[in-house]
Amino acid sequence: MAERNLAQALTLALDHILASDPGVLLLGEDVGVTGGVFRITDGLQDKHGADRVIDTPVAESGIVGAAFGMAVAGLRPIAEIQFLGFAYPAYDQMVSHVSRIRNRSRHRFTAPLVIRIPYGAGIGAAEHHSESTEAIFAHTPGLKVVIPSTPADAAGLLLTAAADPDPVIFLEPIRSYRRMRGEVPDPPKPVPFGEAAVRRVGSDLTLIAYGAMVPDVLDAAEHLAGAGIEAEVLDLRTLVPLDIDAVIGSVARTGRAAIIQEGHRTCGFAAELAATIQEEALYSLEAPVARVTGWDTVVPLRRAEHHYVPGVERIVAAAESVMAGS
Amino acid sequence: MLEILRPDGSLDGDSPISLAETRRLYAAMISARTYDHKGTALQKQGRLATYASFEGQEAAQVGAVASLQPDDWVVATYRDAAAMWMQGYPWVNLFLGRTGDERGGSPPEGVNVLPPSITVGAHMIHAVGIGWAERHQRSDRIAMTFFGDGATSEGDFHEAMNFAGVFQTPVVFVCQNNQYAISTPRHRQTASETIAQKADAYGIPGRQVDGNDLLAVRSASDEAVARARDGDGPTLIEAVTFRVGAHTTADDPGRYRDRAEEDEWRGRDPIDRVRRYLEGAGEWTAEWQLELEEEAAAEIEAAIAEAEALDPLEAADLFAGMFATPTVQLERQRTMLGGGSHG
Repeated sequence: MAERNLAQALTLALDHILASDPGVLLLGEDVGVTGGVFRITDGLQDKHGADRVIDTPVAESGIVGAAFGMAVAGLRPIAEIQFLGFAYPAYDQMVSHVSRIRNRSRHRFTAPLVIRIPYGAGIGAAEHHSESTEAIFAHTPGLKVVIPSTPADAAGLLLTAAADPDPVIFLEPIRSYRRMRGEVPDPPKPVPFGEAAVRRVGSDLTLIAYGAMVPDVLDAAEHLAGAGIEAEVLDLRTLVPLDIDAVIGSVARTGRAAIIQEGHRTCGFAAELAATIQEEALYSLEAPVARVTGWDTVVPLRRAEHHYVPGVERIVAAAESVMAGS
Repeated sequence: MLEILRPDGSLDGDSPISLAETRRLYAAMISARTYDHKGTALQKQGRLATYASFEGQEAAQVGAVASLQPDDWVVATYRDAAAMWMQGYPWVNLFLGRTGDERGGSPPEGVNVLPPSITVGAHMIHAVGIGWAERHQRSDRIAMTFFGDGATSEGDFHEAMNFAGVFQTPVVFVCQNNQYAISTPRHRQTASETIAQKADAYGIPGRQVDGNDLLAVRSASDEAVARARDGDGPTLIEAVTFRVGAHTTADDPGRYRDRAEEDEWRGRDPIDRVRRYLEGAGEWTAEWQLELEEEAAAEIEAAIAEAEALDPLEAADLFAGMFATPTVQLERQRTMLGGGSHG
């Protein structure tokens, strides 16, 4: 099996999706001739045609709104927004139309579309290029929210997203695009939504993460193992639907939990997880649940970015504090 | 501005349609106005949520949709019940929606009309995507979208027109310039002399028509629909008309416009105009008028009865409506609402 990085895994998956379903179109800014700003759609226009891999005007609301219309009329569009910080003009389309059409038409019309959005900090890009506001989408009724952390999951979850009967926000961790390689089956194997992955087995505490934070959390877990602390690392893979049983099951076994997210702290997805854990596993807890998060600041620019993104040190410190608590 | 049927009922040029077709559309406008008056009345009785009257705009909506084939798409707003109904969206669904029931948004299979957009402006690009998808699937179906003068101020109007121009999608944009967006007059929406001229900026044809002239609207929409269907791209039609009633039943037009202006526009009523024309051609009688009104009233009453006979949605229906298969989160919340141990 060939080793691929996460970016290559996504390209492979898109190639297969385009080949297997003539109703799939890709559309977005610069996705065609140049293959996208991160080259995820590289070569796909040549292979599948300019009528299926479409360069659009610079208009995010237009891209998502047009994709919505296409989906309603029977196609399966996959839209790309260049960076999460550029998705906000399209948020009205997502919250007011994409997420609602099934409900407001009682299943008569549906919008099976995927909106791919690179997210997160760590590459020293310009302002607005480092956002991690996944909680906004998870907070929006009617959207599924997917965030892969490994090359195989990226391909497998994208296959599942493309076949899903409902709209999917597919957030791609920018700094993981080329950070690690992994085995990716060709053709990729679909990965179901709503099933968290145990990335590391441990019995002392549960570290919960997703997307770009997972590799850092695994590094932190190795550090902790050096100090005799065995952490279980749970990778959620999808925020909506959420594998609540996996979260509660793991925390019930370990009795301790820390949640790691890159997004802003207040009303972040970690807060939702912490609330769910106290609702459903309070009597298993040996210590308060910790959150390791970005701050309620604008994501700093390149030179100060390291103050914002949770790194291995902060994760280890939080885990140690959870272990010390009782 | 294209005008064919003068307010006195005489023709300036040839009618684009036969007298029989004119009679059919006249009858449709009578139905639409009957629905509209009933909607306002029912709201006052507390049987509907807010109601948005389209009185005075019947020719713009009925005339434009009359150019479509039955399986073409209509993407419209809360003020476009006549357009939606003309394309097959049942009165009962329209009433249901206004009573505050999501099932109003579910027209029968084969009726390619989206439930009305409530937000202003975002829906026009949906028609662009729909037309694009139809062409991609080698169908000759086209999409027609309705919006008001206010919606042309939204950024999404620009994105929709621009995409339609760039990709030459089979779409007809019908702007009902009814002079007011709630309280704000047309000249405070745009410094453009006309709305139709905005089409120039997108490289597509724009046509301004007298929106209270059924025959002018029909002539422009026939041409635009043919263009779209023949692969010649989109068209913007500005139908100049007037919202005779309030914005909604929650609005008081006395705060922002003179009664004289309303009276002047009532004098250009789109239905009266066609009646005078038909009468002059010996195609209208008082008996026929009575017949039409009675039929429309019966049809509308039946739709109201059917809508009001439905029990409200159950709590479980709310959770079932969000996805094809409810998520774990929704399943748990349904249990909470149903008297489970949480919440």
